[in-house]
Formats: sequence, structure tokens, C-alpha cells
Amino acid sequence: MNVTVLDRKPDRGAQSHLGFIDCDVHPYVKGPNDFDPFLSKRWLEHKQTIGGRTRQGLAKTSMYPRMSPGVGMRMDSWPKTGGHPGSDLPMMQEQLLDLFDVAYGLLAPLVGGAGGERNVEFGAAMATAVNEWQLAHWCDPDPRLLGAIQVNVEHTEAAIAEIEKRAGDRRFAQVNIPPRGLEPLGRRRYWPILEACAANGFPVSLHLGGTGGHASTGGGWPSFYHEEHPSYVQTMQTLVTSLVCEGVFERIPNLKIVLVEGGFAWLPALCWRLDKHWKRLRAEVPHLKRSPSEYVHDHIWVTTQPIEEPERPQDMLSILEWIGPDRVMFSTDYPHWDQDDPRYAFKIPLPDDWKRKIYRDNARALYNLD
Amino acid sequence: MAHSQGDHGGRDCLAGAIDCDIHPAVPSTRVLLPYLDDYWREHILRRGLERENLETSSYPANAPINCRPDWRLPSGPPGSSLAALQSHLLDRLRPSFAICNVIHGAQVMLSEDLSAALCRAINNWIRAEWLDQDPRLRASIVVPPHSAELAAEEIERCAPDRRFVQVLLLAMTELPLGRRQNWPIYRAAEAHGLPIGIHAGSSFRHPPSALGWPSYYLEDYVSQSQGFAAALNSLVSEGVFVKFPALKVVLIESGVTWLPASLWRLDKTWRGVRSEVPWLEQLPTETVRKHVRLTLQPFDAPPTEKQLQTLLEQLGSDRMLLFSSDYPHWHFDGDDALPAGLPADLVRKICVDNPLETYPRLKETMR
Amino acid sequence: MNRHVVAKVEDIQPGTRKIVTVKGREIGIFRVGDDFYGLINRCPHQGAPLCRGEIVSRLVAPSPGDYRLTRPGEMIRCPWHCWEFDIRTGQSLCDPNSVQARAFDVAVEPGRALVEGPFVAESVPVTVEETYVVVTL
Repeated sequence: MNVTVLDRKPDRGAQSHLGFIDCDVHPYVKGPNDFDPFLSKRWLEHKQTIGGRTRQGLAKTSMYPRMSPGVGMRMDSWPKTGGHPGSDLPMMQEQLLDLFDVAYGLLAPLVGGAGGERNVEFGAAMATAVNEWQLAHWCDPDPRLLGAIQVNVEHTEAAIAEIEKRAGDRRFAQVNIPPRGLEPLGRRRYWPILEACAANGFPVSLHLGGTGGHASTGGGWPSFYHEEHPSYVQTMQTLVTSLVCEGVFERIPNLKIVLVEGGFAWLPALCWRLDKHWKRLRAEVPHLKRSPSEYVHDHIWVTTQPIEEPERPQDMLSILEWIGPDRVMFSTDYPHWDQDDPRYAFKIPLPDDWKRKIYRDNARALYNLD
Repeated sequence: MAHSQGDHGGRDCLAGAIDCDIHPAVPSTRVLLPYLDDYWREHILRRGLERENLETSSYPANAPINCRPDWRLPSGPPGSSLAALQSHLLDRLRPSFAICNVIHGAQVMLSEDLSAALCRAINNWIRAEWLDQDPRLRASIVVPPHSAELAAEEIERCAPDRRFVQVLLLAMTELPLGRRQNWPIYRAAEAHGLPIGIHAGSSFRHPPSALGWPSYYLEDYVSQSQGFAAALNSLVSEGVFVKFPALKVVLIESGVTWLPASLWRLDKTWRGVRSEVPWLEQLPTETVRKHVRLTLQPFDAPPTEKQLQTLLEQLGSDRMLLFSSDYPHWHFDGDDALPAGLPADLVRKICVDNPLETYPRLKETMR
Repeated sequence: MNRHVVAKVEDIQPGTRKIVTVKGREIGIFRVGDDFYGLINRCPHQGAPLCRGEIVSRLVAPSPGDYRLTRPGEMIRCPWHCWEFDIRTGQSLCDPNSVQARAFDVAVEPGRALVEGPFVAESVPVTVEETYVVVTL
């Protein structure tokens, strides 16, 4: 890395960051009861007795403790009024939305546990509650914030009903599914849900996370967050592999997938690998009519954070060129510790047209925003 | 710099090369019987295990990728004939050495003791029926990967035969490879100057990824490179190269081109999370360049030569790549064992210098 | 270059810091024991308010599992990406040769010496009886 003393000002094109679309913003709850008004009596009782149940050893927090409090929050994002980072709209406005005059912020709620809940009826109820909560606490008070529809993919009917219920509601931009589930997302059992997303005009955002109960790597559970953090990349790679190889994009030609918080520099090499070995093994997957890389380019968008910082900064330009600057969208991941600042995330100036696409136009087109 | 296929892709420039990955196959479990000790021979016969084919599910023999059409045998699994290996590869491309990596069910058995017994038999068999029969052959020591203690014993037993040049592990087993429980393997390997070869494959104690079980072999195969990335993260993060500073690791059949982006991510994480693993005092990339090597085939090449050049620059070291044919797996046709577009000076390093540096035992018997 | 009086010595207790503004630049003044150091309040990585991070020790391990806490209170950890910097020099742990936070000369001066001038008092009234922290910039 060639960073030395940063006494620098944002580069000359800094103005183009203003008005950017942030493809990954995390709202948190103020307290444990925030969802209660949106739960029926039956599920409220369940929540207060049994509570959420996932597929890991710790009930309430991550198996991989982060290096800063609050499961890895930016240290300057704790509201002075108390509560968790990301729980205070005025602070989010001050540190993100107003500071950069963000045009739209795409919410990615990592709260409520709907996606990974083992009791799928409760999961479906929590999904609905989190969706209502997003509207009441975030999207309605600040219309720049766009919701992500939560579903539990193990409850097909409820998931489809939830998606259909939100269809046409412009306050929701997409459907959010945690990548680490029981089975790879490309498998047939999930097609009806993916079809519902596409049919109702929602891209599917796959934000890193989920507790499917499988080890983070094919070789077992790593010891350290130092390994878990990079293993998210491997999860994204397998996700792309599954969606492509299962023929999801043949089956659902208008499906749009957004990979969130997985970085992106790995995508070209994965495409080369998929293409190469598909040529040899294509008889196994006759449902694929085109090369894997073509499906990837037509159907998959990536968000930038946590942005790779290549040893040679100019390699970032190669990576963007190889992926195609029309498929990359900027994201901050506010208020997480590894969030990116739109002014300094790229360590090398981007051509102006790439910048416009990555900071604004790609997301505007994908989500049909003004 | 010569870049065209004709300059170096074919037979002439491979003469004298060191092929760091070929796959002799155990033709049937029955052939191992003479190489088992009395106890385990009777054990296996009582259970009728000699009648079972212990092919691993990571490498279904009839999948097109796992044997080149013109390298298939009239009978027996691909790679199971020494005469065929000689005519297909050794006499044709004329490598000076070829390193035998046997992939076999012995490595995935749940009983540590049965696994170890079968591994011992395989090592005895490869020595008698391959190494003794062709002076160009060398081999990796096959060990029970789920028992570090028995694996270390097997390393001790085989290491005095200098034709064993490496210890073979699979990318995905029960525990991430860097875990301390595995360290007896690395201690023994380092003591004997043996690199650890990590081969694609899984004992499937876990699904291939955190997403669960995929449907297709294509997905499994592609996901191997994620398995390698995770294994490498584990070795680096657990401090294996701090603890065993002389250890070298060879990633065999990993695909290669995933590495630079993976290292950028590792470096990025380390900058912020360093204090969790405080024994790491330098960037993971530096550690990897020093300790890790990769065999060439399959080489997941980018579509253009310009991209290939960029990628080689991103690797940032001309000492990391080792020539391999991956015989009998099907990654190239004819004699084009080298990916197109490699600069000629790099080819020389890949074919000869780097393997000799990685496998010091090879130098002892160089003609 | 001017000398800027930024605080009274007793305003910054050992193990604490004060963030001051000199010539429009935010500078974190750190007190380690009785020594004072100044770092720019801006992480060289992505511009975070570096000096608002946690004051931490240097955690090291000569070999895996051999954990040792050294130099307590001598490192500042960026509030965003957790990069660690040596408070005394601004040198980063993650890339000591090329990543560095800008450090400033900080001295302790008796008010008696200061009143002779020249100095710039950054909203700190100076009297002969007190001792002051002075940044040269």
C-alpha cells in the first residue's frame, strides 16, 4: 500500500460522492422490545418465553467476537443518547445521510433473526415485524432510506406472501436473504421464492450473514474472526456458483442478485474458474445454455464494501474493468467497524464515468430510483 | 519474451521439467493386501473390504475432468498403470522427475487406525510398484489426516527413504488445517525437510461451504479453490509458519488465479484484526510468498494474455508456481501442458528452479 | 512555525488525551506518564477521527499462544478499522514503513518562559504560575 501521511483533502472529484446511493446501511433496534408492537399476542408470548433460536452455540451474539464492542461497531457511532450504533436516526443522518447528502440508503437490517430462525412460523412473524419496523422507524421518518423485505426462506408460502404483500410499495427496494442458510440458495426448493422476487420487481440482496449451522469453511470451523471475516468471501463465491450452476438464471430470466458485504475483487477469477471447468463438465449441467460468466454479468451486481485494497492500487482499476463498472455499486456498511468512507475507499482515482456509475447510476437503474 | 504457445507449450521445453503432481491410482484394494501387516490384512479380509472400491467422492473416476480421453485405460481406474504413465507422460514429455500424489479413500476413513493402516499400505505399495520401477518417480507420503499422531508416525517411518519428497494432506478435512491439533504433522514434516502438499479434495466431514451441500459435481470442483483459500487462511492465522519457520506448503490443483484477490482480503482483515492473532507480525501476503507454492494445473487462466500478465504481476513472486501435468486429469490436450502466454524466463523457473527449491530432496539425485 | 499553547498540563491527566485545533487542524494531545505527544486527528487509511479511538497496549506473541501485553497505554487504535498506531511516533503496526499518522512536536513549558513569547495561545490564557502544553506548528 502506498498510503503515507494522510493530510490530504478529498480528491478533486469529491463532489461526485455527494448524492451517492449507499447500498448497505444497518439500522439497529433501540431496545429489545422494538418489534413487539408488530407481533401478534401468540408470537409475542413465544418471543418472551422461548425466544429466537438459531443454529449455533451462543444464543444472543456472534460465535466470532469482533475486535470492537457491539459486535464490531465503528467506535464513534455510539449515540450519546445511549443505545446501539445505528439505532439513532439523527446520528445516522449526521454521520452518513446528511454528511454525504446521500440520495438513497438501502437498509440491511441484521436484527430480529427472522432469516435464520429454526421455528419457521416464528421466523415468518418476525420477518413481518421487522418489515413493519423498518417502515415505522426508518423509511417513513426519512424517505431516503429504503427497506429490504425480510423473509424466512424455509417457510415458502409465508415468504411469498410477504413479498407479494410488499409489491408496489416503493418504500421497499429489494428482498433480503441471508446467504448462509440450510442449503445453497440456487437449489430448487428456493425457486418459488426467487420467482416471487423477480415477478414483483424486487432484486434479491444477499447480505453476508446467516446461521445455517454449517461450518464457515469446507474444512471446518475456524478459530478466529481473523479467518471468519475472509471466509465471507468464500461464502459469496459458493453462492454465485450455486445460483449459476443450478440454472436459476435460465429458469428466472429477470432475476437480479445483489451481493452485499462480500467485497468483489474475487469475482473475475471465480468466473474464469467457472467457465473453464464448465467446459469440461457441461454435460452434467445441460440446463446451462451460456457460459457461467455470461450469467454472472447479466444477473449479478456487487457492492463494494469491505473494499479490497490491492497491494498495487492500480489493480483496483483492472478488477473493476474485468467485472464491468456497470455492475459495481458503492456501499458503506455504516455503522460497522469495517465500513468504508466514500471519499477514501478507493485508493486510486476512478475515471469520472465509472465513478458516476459506481456511486449512483448503477443503483439508480437497478432499483428504478429517480 | 516469448509468449506464443509454440515456443514453450509443447514437448521440447518440458524435457527435464519436474512434474509436481501426477496421480497414480490404486487399481483395487486387493493390491494393497501384500503391503498390509498381518493384523490389518486379516481385519480387512474379515470385513470383505478388499472387495470394495475406496475411490473418494472428490474424484469420481469417470467424470470427464478426471481423466483425459486418450489417457483412459482398457481396464482399471485412470492412472493405475505404470506402463501407461510411462508412455502417456514420462517418455513423451520427458520430465526429469514426477511426484506421485495418491488420492484414496484411506484418507477419509473415520477410524483413525484403519485410515493409518491403509495409508501405510499405500506408501509401501507406491514404493515397491512405482518408485522402484522407474527412477524418475518420487512420491508424497500419504497420511491419515484426521490423526495427527498417527500421521506423524507415518512421516517418521517413510522419511528415511529420500524418494518420499512431501507429505500429502487434503484441503478440507475435520479441522481447519492450521489448528494446533494438526501441528505434530508439521513438526515432523519440518524436521525432515518435507513440504506439506495440500491437495484438492475433502473428507466431507463438512459440506463444501457454509451454504451447505450443492447439487452438482461442477460446484464441488469449483468450490475447491474456496477450500484452499480457507485452508491457507487457517495455516496463516493459526501461526503455523511462525511456529515452523522452515515449513513449505504446496497447494496442489488449486486453480491458482484465485490467490491474489484472496490475499488482498487477508491483508485487509489482518490490518484491523491483527491483535487477535498477535503472533502475525507481517502481512499475510509476505508470509504466503515465502512459504507457499502452487502447482500449475489446472490453471484457471483469464481470457486474455494481458490479463494473465497482470495476474502474474499480482502474484508478486516468480518463485511460487510449480509445473504440474495433473496426470491423468484432463486440463489440457496434446502436449500443451503449459498455459499459453507464460513468459519464457518464468517457464524455466516454474519447470525446474522452483520445484528444486521447494523439494530439496530432489537435488540429491539430480543427474 | 509557531508555538501554540494548547492546554494547561493538569488539563490532560496521564493516560488521557485532549483534542485541540491548531491552524485549523485537529490534533490529539496524548499524555503517556509525564510525556506529551501530538498526532493528527485523522487516520491515514480512510480519514477517521483517529485520536478519538481507544488508547490501548501493544499485544504481541513471540509464538502462537504466547500472549503478552506490552507498552500499556502507548498505542492508539483507530475507531473505525482498528488499525493501531504508536502514540509516540505515529507509526502504524500494520505497515510501519509506509503507513504513518502525522506526529507533531509537543513540549511542556513553564508559563514564565512563554510569556516572554513569541507564542500563540489557542484560547488558553497563560499565566506565569502554570505549566503548559505547547505544540510547534
